[in-house]
Amino acid sequence: MTDLTTLTLAEARDALKAKSFTAVELTDAYVAAMEKARVLNAYVAETPEMARDMAKASDARIAAGKAGPLEGLPLGIKDLYATKGVHTQACSHILDGFKPPYESTVSANLWADGAVMLGKLNMDEFAMGSSNETSHYGSVVNPWRRSGSDVNLVPGGSSGGSAAAVAARLCLGATATDTGGSIRQPAAFTGTAGIKPTYGRCSRWGLVAFASSLDQAGPIARDVRDAAILLKSMASVDPKDTTSVDIPVPDYEAAVGKSVKGLRIGIPKEYRLDGMPAEIDALWQKGIDILRDAGAEIVDISLPHTKYALPAYYIVAPAEASSNLARYDGVRYGLRVPGSDIIDMYENTRAAGFGAEVKRRILIGTYVLSAGYYDAYYLRAQKVRTLIKRDFELAYAAGVDAILTPATPSAAFGIGEKADADPVEMYLNDVFTVTVNMAGLPGLAVPAGLSAEGLPLGLQLIGRPFDEETLFTLGSAIEKAVGTFSPAQWW
Amino acid sequence: MNMAVRTPDPKKLIKGATGDWEVIIGLEVHAQVTSNAKLFSGASAVFGAEPNMHVSLVDAAMPGMLPVINEECVAQAIRTGLGLKAAINLYSVFDRKNYFYPDLPQGYQISQYKQPIVGEGKVLLDMPEGVVEIGIERLHLEQDAGKSIHDQHPTMSFVDLNRSGVALMEIVSKPDLRSSEEVKAYLAKLRTILRYLGTCDGNMEEGSMRADINVSVRKPGDPLGTRCEIKNVNSMRFAAQAVEFEARRQIGILEDGGKIDQETRLYDPGKGETRSMRSKEEAHDYRYFPDPDLLPLELDPVWVETLKAGLPELPDEKKARFVADYGITPYDAMVLTLERASADYYELVAKNRDGKAVANFMINELFGRLNKDGKGIEDSPVAPDQLGAIVDLIGDGTISGKIAKDLFEIVYTEGGDPKKLVEERGLKQVTDTGAIEKAVDEVIAANPDKAEQAKAKPTLSGWFVGQVMKATGGKANPQAVNDLVKRKLGIE
Repeated sequence: MTDLTTLTLAEARDALKAKSFTAVELTDAYVAAMEKARVLNAYVAETPEMARDMAKASDARIAAGKAGPLEGLPLGIKDLYATKGVHTQACSHILDGFKPPYESTVSANLWADGAVMLGKLNMDEFAMGSSNETSHYGSVVNPWRRSGSDVNLVPGGSSGGSAAAVAARLCLGATATDTGGSIRQPAAFTGTAGIKPTYGRCSRWGLVAFASSLDQAGPIARDVRDAAILLKSMASVDPKDTTSVDIPVPDYEAAVGKSVKGLRIGIPKEYRLDGMPAEIDALWQKGIDILRDAGAEIVDISLPHTKYALPAYYIVAPAEASSNLARYDGVRYGLRVPGSDIIDMYENTRAAGFGAEVKRRILIGTYVLSAGYYDAYYLRAQKVRTLIKRDFELAYAAGVDAILTPATPSAAFGIGEKADADPVEMYLNDVFTVTVNMAGLPGLAVPAGLSAEGLPLGLQLIGRPFDEETLFTLGSAIEKAVGTFSPAQWW
Repeated sequence: MNMAVRTPDPKKLIKGATGDWEVIIGLEVHAQVTSNAKLFSGASAVFGAEPNMHVSLVDAAMPGMLPVINEECVAQAIRTGLGLKAAINLYSVFDRKNYFYPDLPQGYQISQYKQPIVGEGKVLLDMPEGVVEIGIERLHLEQDAGKSIHDQHPTMSFVDLNRSGVALMEIVSKPDLRSSEEVKAYLAKLRTILRYLGTCDGNMEEGSMRADINVSVRKPGDPLGTRCEIKNVNSMRFAAQAVEFEARRQIGILEDGGKIDQETRLYDPGKGETRSMRSKEEAHDYRYFPDPDLLPLELDPVWVETLKAGLPELPDEKKARFVADYGITPYDAMVLTLERASADYYELVAKNRDGKAVANFMINELFGRLNKDGKGIEDSPVAPDQLGAIVDLIGDGTISGKIAKDLFEIVYTEGGDPKKLVEERGLKQVTDTGAIEKAVDEVIAANPDKAEQAKAKPTLSGWFVGQVMKATGGKANPQAVNDLVKRKLGIE
């Protein structure tokens, strides 16, 4: 039998339906692959026994003709998702030993559709980071390496474990989350497809919160079709999350491969940055050409407030985080470092429990919400947010169906390479992606080629609210032109 | 800040060494919303369970949990706003008030800071000098905290999260109150309104209603002075005592040439004094910002109208109607409408009866007796139809007012049909003139000297009436006795 892990999620689904192999066989192939790939540090908790039990149950349902849409398909789950009775720590020391008695809505949707859980995936601590280097469990190693180099690269972040596991074929697909680019940037760094859906498309219930008004769940997958299949199962309105939206979930897979003829694609001039690497510019042009050749209409647009997005994002997100992370106080769960009194216990626990990047953002957030600074920072950032949102609304109102931009300003960089750099340099990784979170729009990262050094590069498609279908259509058109990309196995 | 607009009332000023002082008081009352579930979770909001039995994942702030607004709590806040004649804000926002405390699991309280659900309204107080209007600044919804218990273990504190997340209404008055009496009257009136509406049980002992009291003093006509806030006062009596003490404390400082530090204070009922809790410098920076987990609360005006249509008659309206319909005094009407149950009781009895007579009997006899036993009207052993029967028996002359008191006591303690009791126990008023005449004759015959004096001094006839009543065991019709005595003595 060929290596089952080379199949895409759609292929594996069809093969299981055709009874070419069993869900248990498929799961075993992944469990074996995970064991061999521990050097990548993609998983922080493996659940092989649970996976086999779930796979057995899937085989029984397949035999009984009661297979769900994801029946028997092994997935990895980002550690930010609450999984009942299983390690859920947002890769933070402060949640040591935390195993929730509840299951997040999104993962519960996946299990209800028959999917199999392989384990929990590494990530930046509390999803704060763009390189997966802030995880309490150590860096994730990108399965991609520069041509002829054995330097370990970052997979991007915060969903670095998800992206690396998908690229290295350690799961058929993975859940991820995106607050400022945490799905799209790692997808671009690993040659995978990742979509951050419209804010409210997926329930946030059971996701460890980072910045509530920006956080969205989404999948990272081998290709655009797989991402479409996964999002269909993940998305739902949820009475337990009143920011989730009650709009029917369409059949996203049906949008894959549809013609792009007549679609108007906006190219925002503000995304052409000073000092942007030539190959990123070239990649962008390649994407434009592909879509034009496929029959789409290319129009230049302006999103004038783009340059304010990153600074505003780094006010809004830390502000919300500083409050969301107040609950990690050592009183009820996770880490507790004793102290002489309650204040001392709080300080000891939070000093030991949070990493440097999380502390930095809590400090920034606390500062911008403080009396006397609120108006100058938080309130102003919210106004900027409104303007950014309006930029997009005006573009869409003028007849643009989607917007094409680069996903990242560079390819993956080396682990530790930016350790001594100004934190802002790391934040610049999100320069193309944060606008989408600020505006609550859907954004798809799709691989579009390799850099001169042989590393994957991605493009980003930004859509109208709840129009993920157009993104899947456009993404699949780019994919059809450039193909998919897999790293050479060195581990 | 609202400028206080009331004209200083000399009777309410406090005399100091340097002249009269005016006390300016504003209250923030925290009223627990009557609801089955908490403000943002499905856990029970009922008081008195074992510790931590009413705690949902949301209340314990487990990772990834999200608040979901409880529609009934919103309805209760709107009803309360309408009862306070206040503006209902169709758009309001929930904010986070951030601070660390072990009984605050989220690390923030969800409250409404800049855009509350209810705006300006008013409460009318029945004071001896007349009706005083107290402005309401706002009402907002917020979560209660849990409870820290420090006396169960030598080195540890325990936390009970049963209250964590229970809905509170914070009702903020304008600085319109001017005396401890007004503070008591305000709290009592507010409680009456809340109980009428069924939006808060007003039970201060159980903590369902607590007050933060802002007190400052000034010379009449001066701008507002620096205020101190007395936190968490849980009885009307303590509230009045705290205001009295705090006003005099501030006057003392100012008259000694000192200045008032803006601070938060606690009232110690044992010592009868307020003590500093924290100064302005130590005040928390709560870092309020809109809760991103909750969308702004947008109300359908039709729903608000539906809630308005469903409101019960409120105490002020009921009082006015009682005065108009039953011809009773405003004071009696106020007393009868303090509790909705009393007002309902009164109306059951007063229907087709003399409203005044019923009011008198209820206030003097029934309320007096219930008070003596520490009972509420709901626990009255005398039902409205029984009380009505007693009033009827007085009205048709079957029994005298005095006998009625005895009869009431029998009905109160033993129960029974008042009409039958009158028959069985021979309580009927004697209206048989023959029998009364006989008694009158006997008394006059036994007291010939007094009878002579009475002819010259007719007021003495009252003594004879008393003697005859005594002789007949109080059962004689007093009017008939009076007439006969006068006729027999020849002093008509």
